[in-house]
Amino acid sequence: MTLPTDFSRRALLMKFGIFLNSLVAVVLAVPVVRYLLSPVARARKDGYESWVPLGYIDQFPSGETRLATYRNPVVNSWDGDTANIACWVRNVDGKNFQVFAINCAHLGCPVRWFPQSSLFMCPCHGGAYYQDGSRASGPPERGLFEYHYTIDGGKLFIQAGEMPTPGQASNIVKEIRPCV
Amino acid sequence: MRLISSIGEWLDARLQLAATIRESAGHAIPRKTSSWFYVFGSAAFAVFILQIVTGILLALIYVPSGGEAWSSLQTLNHVVSLGWFIRALHGWGSDFMVAIVLIHMVQVFLFGAYKFPRELTWIVGVFLLLVTLGMAFTGQVLRFDQDAYWGLGIGASIASRVPIVGPLTVNLLLGGPIIAGATLSRFFALHVFVIPGLLISFVGVHLLMVLKLGINEWPMPGRLVRKATYIKEYHELTKKDGVPFVPGAIWKDLFFSALILFSVAFCAYHFGPFGPSGPPDPTIIQTAPRPDFFFLWLYAVLSYLPASMETPALLIGPVVGILALLLLPFFSGEGEKSWRRRPLAVLTVLLAAVALATFTHLAQHTPWSPVMDAWSGIPIPHEFLQNRTALERQGALVFQVKQCHNCHSLGNQGGKRGPALDSVAVRLTQDQLIRQVIQGGGNMPAYGKNLSPAQTTALVAFLQSLRPPGQPPARDASRATALGAERGGAPSSSP
Repeated sequence: MTLPTDFSRRALLMKFGIFLNSLVAVVLAVPVVRYLLSPVARARKDGYESWVPLGYIDQFPSGETRLATYRNPVVNSWDGDTANIACWVRNVDGKNFQVFAINCAHLGCPVRWFPQSSLFMCPCHGGAYYQDGSRASGPPERGLFEYHYTIDGGKLFIQAGEMPTPGQASNIVKEIRPCV
Repeated sequence: MRLISSIGEWLDARLQLAATIRESAGHAIPRKTSSWFYVFGSAAFAVFILQIVTGILLALIYVPSGGEAWSSLQTLNHVVSLGWFIRALHGWGSDFMVAIVLIHMVQVFLFGAYKFPRELTWIVGVFLLLVTLGMAFTGQVLRFDQDAYWGLGIGASIASRVPIVGPLTVNLLLGGPIIAGATLSRFFALHVFVIPGLLISFVGVHLLMVLKLGINEWPMPGRLVRKATYIKEYHELTKKDGVPFVPGAIWKDLFFSALILFSVAFCAYHFGPFGPSGPPDPTIIQTAPRPDFFFLWLYAVLSYLPASMETPALLIGPVVGILALLLLPFFSGEGEKSWRRRPLAVLTVLLAAVALATFTHLAQHTPWSPVMDAWSGIPIPHEFLQNRTALERQGALVFQVKQCHNCHSLGNQGGKRGPALDSVAVRLTQDQLIRQVIQGGGNMPAYGKNLSPAQTTALVAFLQSLRPPGQPPARDASRATALGAERGGAPSSSP
């Protein structure tokens, strides 16, 4: 195909037009990507974790393991019940506590405590843990996730806010050593 | 009538589509292809249209808000006239769509339709399968009940295992630190805007290529595909022995689509909508979450994979599987089409079907999960308690109270996680029973710290009584030898 003689000038303008649009696309892409990454960016800035009260320590009798719930520190008004998180509080000896995440270390299903056999059992894939959170049997590769805790003014606080998952647990919660 | 045709002419003078449509509708297809085996693609399309329509209808009521979604489904089920039926149509339509897409894929694979020149049609088809499964998964999330909530937890736990970017992926997937309102909103955007957009585009390209390249001819054993000659041969075939698609073949598509749509409607009417199960309140932990039907096999695989294999299998398996499907037409783009001469293809399909069916079947029974209420809800059958000593009955009590029944069955009742104990005394001696109870092992927790010596004695006495009449208990052959040696004499050979 033969092209008109003034083609080169128009072709240049067309290329310039494409360039302008590419430029705008890049300029617009930056805020779009920043917007999409906001769940990650916010975590990096402040962290999702903060100290959350679970109630007075006398709610947790010595030697027993009880279910506790808390409202997640990072919430939106439309989260409804999903922002109420459960965890297991073990009062080891009246002074020392262990607070376990409700999520199984295998794939996050809710583990249940059986005081009679002193085991946590998972209903999904059959993971089981001893009372100190260490792995007893089943597919989990590790023990339960354990929150850092502190006692202040007679209240038990845990450092929580993010759902623990096998891949990120090491950053936010204590690794439980296997039972010796 | 004249008015309609003049309106039609007015429109076509401007749109100029009639000729194209007439040409597409009348294009010749090989006579043998107007077969009942070639109706699955159009049936999938028909169900897709049903999904679009019912999806829009549901969106009139549904509230994509973490705090409200579940109650809006209750309103759909119980308050809005026939809301339950629209939900049931959409839910059953989803199952039918996945099933038909899979059947369509198997048919295309067995008939060699993915070979030259239809490689790209196959590749787009693989993407269509993936987006269909994506619709099924995101749709299950929009039900936003307990199953959806914990299903998201499983998805997040899998995503978190990706090296380096895993934790970031989890936050992006959930839209924040936990499963909450933001999670539902983004799955709503995926299910209603992003994936349907992809689906419509892929369906368009897929259909366009079927029209441009022609439908696959009926595979004849021995008629090989060669890139140099295939297109010429195909045109000769359609010229010599072809029928126009409309009406030569389309009546079968129409009949089958109607049958499928009727089946969806029947299932929806007869079985009703799926859920929702309990509300998405993570403090309600008395739940055993289960995925929808087409993800049950995955649930079973996740239970059976050994811990060390799990992360590699979860992260590498899907990539390998999808790559294999995408690259298939490049490795066998020519040659034999007929499944009669492709035993490996038939075996592959059979293997995949048997594996998926087996895993799905297992996941409906979940033998790997403890039966959480067996210890309090399922009594020990009486035949295991009759004619027992007081100690043995005390042991039976320990068996219940310490939740042994959650993992071990007696008389086929109770958990299947561990072995059935109906005849355990035939397999294990007293010493072995004590060791197994106290130390655990082989996937059993150790109960040593949790049982008093008296409880252990009672439990083992009960376990020793578990053997069918007439069968001797297990005995330790070396024990007699050792005892004999202790007595100072040579081991006796006579009983």
